[in-house]
Amino acid sequence: MITETLPAEKREPRRLDEGTIRNLGLIGVLVLLVIIGIITRPELYSDPAWVRNNILVILQQASAIGVVTVGMTFVIIGGGIDLSVGAIIALAGVWCTTVATQSFGAAGMIFTALMVGIGVGLVNGLLIAYGKLVPFIATLAMLVAARGLAAQISDKQTQISTNETINAIATTRIFGIPLLVYILAAVAAAGWVLLNRTTFGRRTVAIGGNEEAARLAGINVKRQTVLLYVLSGLCCGIAAIMLTSQATSAQAGMANLYELDAIAAAIIGGTLLSGGRGTIVGAVFGVLVFSTITNLFAINNLETEVQNMVKGGIIVAAVLIQQFRYQSLTQLFKK
Amino acid sequence: MTAPEPEESAVPQGTEDQVVLRLHDVVKIFPGVRALDGVQLEVRAGEVHCLLGQNGAGKSTLIKVLAGVHHADAGEITWRGEPFAPGTPQAAMRAGIATIYQELDLVDDLSVAENAFLGHEPSLFGFTRRRVTASRTREILARLGHAEISPRRLVRSLPAAAKQVVSMARALSHDARLIVMDEPSAVLAHDEVANLFRIIRELTAQGIAVIYISHRLDEIRDIGDRVTVLKDGRTTAANLPARTTPTRELVGKMTGRSIEYVFPPGRDAPPEEDPLLVVENLTRSGEFADVSLTVRPGEIVGIAGLVGSGRSELLETIFGARRPDAGTVKLAGKPVRSVEAAVRGGMGMAPEERKSQALLLDEPIFKNMTLASFTKFAKVGFTDTGGERAASERTAKSLELRPPGVIRPVRTLSGGNQQKVVVGRWLLGGTRLLLLDEPTRGVDVGARAELYQVIRDLAERGVGVLLVSSEVPEVLGLADRVLVMREGHMIHESPAAEIDEDTVLNLVMAGSLLEGEPA
Ligand SMILES: Nc1ncnc2c1ncn2[C@@H]1O[C@H](COP(=O)(O)OP(=O)(O)OP(=O)(O)O)[C@@H](O)[C@H]1O
Ligand SMILES: [Mg+2]
Repeated sequence: MITETLPAEKREPRRLDEGTIRNLGLIGVLVLLVIIGIITRPELYSDPAWVRNNILVILQQASAIGVVTVGMTFVIIGGGIDLSVGAIIALAGVWCTTVATQSFGAAGMIFTALMVGIGVGLVNGLLIAYGKLVPFIATLAMLVAARGLAAQISDKQTQISTNETINAIATTRIFGIPLLVYILAAVAAAGWVLLNRTTFGRRTVAIGGNEEAARLAGINVKRQTVLLYVLSGLCCGIAAIMLTSQATSAQAGMANLYELDAIAAAIIGGTLLSGGRGTIVGAVFGVLVFSTITNLFAINNLETEVQNMVKGGIIVAAVLIQQFRYQSLTQLFKK
Repeated sequence: MTAPEPEESAVPQGTEDQVVLRLHDVVKIFPGVRALDGVQLEVRAGEVHCLLGQNGAGKSTLIKVLAGVHHADAGEITWRGEPFAPGTPQAAMRAGIATIYQELDLVDDLSVAENAFLGHEPSLFGFTRRRVTASRTREILARLGHAEISPRRLVRSLPAAAKQVVSMARALSHDARLIVMDEPSAVLAHDEVANLFRIIRELTAQGIAVIYISHRLDEIRDIGDRVTVLKDGRTTAANLPARTTPTRELVGKMTGRSIEYVFPPGRDAPPEEDPLLVVENLTRSGEFADVSLTVRPGEIVGIAGLVGSGRSELLETIFGARRPDAGTVKLAGKPVRSVEAAVRGGMGMAPEERKSQALLLDEPIFKNMTLASFTKFAKVGFTDTGGERAASERTAKSLELRPPGVIRPVRTLSGGNQQKVVVGRWLLGGTRLLLLDEPTRGVDVGARAELYQVIRDLAERGVGVLLVSSEVPEVLGLADRVLVMREGHMIHESPAAEIDEDTVLNLVMAGSLLEGEPA
């Protein structure tokens, strides 16, 4: 019998499980990386104080890129892509550390960084939604243009931040945990709520899943598209402050290739590149996996070139595993 | 077969008892659902074998097993005397089974010719031979009676019916011995169906077997030789004679009940109120011209017309999804210029192509149902999934959605049940005017009666309905007032009670012969 004999709720959990299993898989990868760390540097891992500190280092390294990835995840779920995130960070970082901006104090600097992020995101969004440019092209052009403008403003110099408050952001710890990690946690939590509990999130999934269906259901697709790029820009503005504080300076080349890291983290976290599906939790795990790898290479004093190759391999493996898991899962449920 | 070859005429005719395909106890299990639960089927060369069954009975699943899309979990399939278990769609095609799927599976950004020969393009040393592909496609299209479709045109730009023709062309581009058609007539108008039947007869005369799925009993009587009935994944009757088996028996085997294909009883004319929708002189060049119409609250207005007569385009323009070249649309006195404005004003539309225009296939049913109304459930921007689910469950129940849960992804529903989700969307949350484009396409006999009742009830509650359907009896049985559209013009208007099916068909097909057609 097909229908009546099975209570409706009994056969629903599969979709939930799919997401949970993927996250468990990412946790598994994290555990694996730690085990590799223990095997390669047992003397470090025998010191609890070092281990505790190393965890904080990893989290701190993940914080800025994590914030960017949250914004990126929204854009990708909404059916787009934002290649300009690194460039927006550079422009926002440079703009907020000019002598003129710094004269307005910490609040002025933060305001400037956020407004630059929002402004550039708005231009991206308008070009894509109303100018009908393909997201890939529009944000690629923005990548070049924003970095160019950043170089122009900074005159290709590194701009030192002399603002104590800004510089203190990276060094402040609350209950022993860096403030930067709290910022990532707050952005991720807000992102999760926004995606899963609000009409904004529902609209995002709708336009990414089937744009025409969303439009014919009365959703303002263009406005939502613009808002998604603005959100991504805002995240970049936040990240710009975090990075500027960490380096106590900003320059046109900062946050290099962040677009790749953010996209990769979102994808291995289970976001469909074609839009319509993705999770914030997965994206954060994706970022953690990458920053743990970086850390693993650092504690073993290995070259970054090898590191990039390993990252590439992990991306491919993650996608392959996803496909395989989906199939085997369906297979499993048949029995 | 791209062209009937002369020696083919020696092949035994349809009446010969030559079984080409036999299914024994075939089982297919999806997570939590036994979609096929012991199917028997026997198809002879040169016959049209009809599959009948309610939405979700397993018809599409069955043909996907034959097509190599799904793999049977148990049972035996014998194809031309040998065990058969196609691993991939390509394998099934190579074995001589071509399939026209219920949901069109064309690549929008490829041309008609590229779609027709997708996967087996004529080629030389790895280079596709575009001219050969185009000319062979042209031949097939001509054979299908649609020489006007250019092989080079992008499929994206074609209307639904033409896409169906391209799907047919793809099936014919293979050298098939069995052609499976899953509700091919659902998107076709009257004369197109006649054309389809002509092609089917041509095929069967060559000894090619056809499996034909449709919810329209009259079609099955017309084209079918034998009927196999499925219910809940099982064969409940096999090899009934298509022409002589009484309707009551067929419906009984399908449903276990004895419902007939019925419309709700006629009703009094709705009160003479100010019109809810006023459309004046609406024009979009190349699609329709100078269309004026009104819909009053509680009134059901039906538009009859052929596919391609501009009906769907008209509905979409009224809904604000297309920009008119001239003319105005007013909902309760306010102009409608965008879909958002239309929806905010209480207008809803169930579009013609559910998969590409209406559904988020991977999202749960309830989120699809509330796609147009989730903001109404929400409080200060926060969605109320609990409330959405409860409301969706009620709607699902009133539409007899099967299976009844609302959390599974829409993708796992059968075609007819997906259609119910699309219609259900507008039953939620304050719709005042409902535009329905082929609302019962792919919906089975029983659920169809339910849907008619739902539409009537809506009208009783004061909702205005503008209905487009290729099925003239549907328009006549449901509507209070009938408009006839032909080649982009409204050529006739009259109360439904004062017009009969023949008159409408005449108008629809030969409208140009009539006197006094408004310019
Ligand atoms: N991919 C899938 N995953 C899970 N369940 C599925 C899937 N495809 C179909 N089903 C289920 O299998 C059953 C049979 O579906 P099928 O599409 O074969 O019905 P059908 O007879 O073609 O109906 P219709 O007349 O509405 O097209 C339904 O209960 C459906 O929900
Ligand atoms: Mg079907």
